[in-house]
Amino acid sequence: MGKRSVIPYGPQHPVLPEPVHIDLVVEDERVIEAIPSIGFIHRGLESLVEKRDFNQMTYVAERTCGICSFQHGMGYCEAVEHIMGVEVPDRAKFLRTLWAETSRMHSHLLWLGLLADGFGFENLFYQCWRVREKVLDIQEMTAGGRLIFSVNKIGGVLKDIPQDQLNFILKTMDEVEAELAVIKDTFFEDYSVKARLKGVGVLTAEQINALGAVGPFARASGVNVDMRKLGYAAYPHIDFEPITSTDGDCYARCYVRMMEVFQSIDIIRQVIAKMPAETDLAVAVKGNPNGEYFMRVEQPRGEAFYYVKGNGTPNLERMRIRTPTFANVPGLCEMLKNTELADIGLLILTIDPCISCTER
Amino acid sequence: MAIMKFAPQALRNLFLKPVTTTYPAEPYVYPERSRGHIEISIDDCISCGMCVRACPCGTLSVDRNAGTWSIDRMDCIACGLCVEKCPKKCLTMVPGYQTPGGEKKVDVFQKSPEVMAAEEAKRKEAAEKAKAAAAAKAAAAAAAKAAEGQETPAQ
Amino acid sequence: MAEVIHPEDVLEQIEVGDLLRRALELKKAGFRFSQAHAVYVAKESKYELSYSFSDYSTYQLHSLRVVIDLDTVVPSITEIIPAAVFYENEMKELFGVKIEMISTDLDNKLYRIAVEAPFGPKKEEA
Repeated sequence: MGKRSVIPYGPQHPVLPEPVHIDLVVEDERVIEAIPSIGFIHRGLESLVEKRDFNQMTYVAERTCGICSFQHGMGYCEAVEHIMGVEVPDRAKFLRTLWAETSRMHSHLLWLGLLADGFGFENLFYQCWRVREKVLDIQEMTAGGRLIFSVNKIGGVLKDIPQDQLNFILKTMDEVEAELAVIKDTFFEDYSVKARLKGVGVLTAEQINALGAVGPFARASGVNVDMRKLGYAAYPHIDFEPITSTDGDCYARCYVRMMEVFQSIDIIRQVIAKMPAETDLAVAVKGNPNGEYFMRVEQPRGEAFYYVKGNGTPNLERMRIRTPTFANVPGLCEMLKNTELADIGLLILTIDPCISCTER
Repeated sequence: MAIMKFAPQALRNLFLKPVTTTYPAEPYVYPERSRGHIEISIDDCISCGMCVRACPCGTLSVDRNAGTWSIDRMDCIACGLCVEKCPKKCLTMVPGYQTPGGEKKVDVFQKSPEVMAAEEAKRKEAAEKAKAAAAAKAAAAAAAKAAEGQETPAQ
Repeated sequence: MAEVIHPEDVLEQIEVGDLLRRALELKKAGFRFSQAHAVYVAKESKYELSYSFSDYSTYQLHSLRVVIDLDTVVPSITEIIPAAVFYENEMKELFGVKIEMISTDLDNKLYRIAVEAPFGPKKEEA
């Protein structure tokens, strides 16, 4: 038995995009236990319900996260719409799906770039982010913001995407698909990438089940769970199957996210093909929400959980956001056990941590 | 075993033009819908205050008597809710982001004197009308009371 | 057309004393722990705690709802479900719910906030 010591990891570390602090109990170079602590950037967004009415909260919910912002706004709106019994126009549902998928694409491309940077493949990192830029251009063109969309409202969406922009999106999707093919081959087949990712940080489906992990992190271990199957927005009209892998290691997580980018391209094409003709984009909403609803949406990082409770006044009684990273932290700690100290940065990255939205 | 899988792409990149631009030497063209900042055509504004109540971050203020509309640009999150709520559609979201600055400053927009004068006249007219209406009502009430008073002793 | 799997959500009202037993039963039934949160109902001055469990394959959401007075002590479920540790610490810190025997009790230091129980009952101004 070697000498045990404790190494503090984070909150400021070159490989971590966001502040999370982990105390690593190490024995020589091997990690025995990992104790996480969060709470460096708690903003108290949820308590804003006391001061903002339920329409304004859409924009607050959206700013929970800078990366999956659209899906936060969508999840919140769908929860309130459920409570108020509002049926959103079909075209608005399809537009929501389209934006949700572009944000999934850019989030995964961002993560793939960070992962490449994490294992020291800087050139690949630049390539991923170059492709991501095209997706961001679509978002800026259609919604007006590169990351923060602000197009959701209770009862529908605010902006329509005209046909010429839809054609541009289709064209961009073809370009992105062609460019991603090269990146995909590198991620899946390159010797050095494989050496860094294969067999590192393995979690089995049983462990995932016990720890309640969600999203690509769970799917990489063979758990077939994808909240898009719940049929919110226009997903009932879209043909897709969740992408899973059975290996449960870093390579599998990389595989799942990479293939999900291609799946998103496919879903965007289906959405544009099935988009209903131009109609109203939103229905008028009268009254205040009174009731409660549990809403689950699939974000790039996994299942996000919204609990909205209204009491008949413009101010909600409670809005609870449980972000996917919050559910994945116990899985992360389990995964870090019995790994090499040098892999820690990479392993933390593979759950795609988003700490600011975790702490809200 | 695939070694140097990325080499062809990397070599190609050596001879490609850079994908980045030399901003700010070469200005960036924002798309039409870009949510940069809020502009107001102040003379169309009716100072109703809908935007103030809608704003999620409390950055707007309206002074009806002074005829001003002001925005703290540093607090604005460019969500566009005020643009949507404005009944006269005098608010617009235009491209061009707020430039950084050393201190917070509030942009104040003042209605032109002609509009102010017209509004003042309208308000006076409305006030007079209201006065007249109130007087008429009072007279009617007095008349009714008088009529009632006449009737009461008769009973 | 993709198949939609969305079974009706279950919301089960239980007493504080039944919490551990029901949590254990749901765990044994193969549910995973999804989330837990608290609501402070100002009108009745009570806490509503919800513990949500869901199933990976059927997407069934099963929530346990416990309504308690402000000073009721709630046992922690972390011994049964280790993943609940952050949720319970959050309830304790933000709402002031009295939860005892959390496996890793962070002692109101999860979010490092200066105010005590900001989401809970408003303190009378002295």
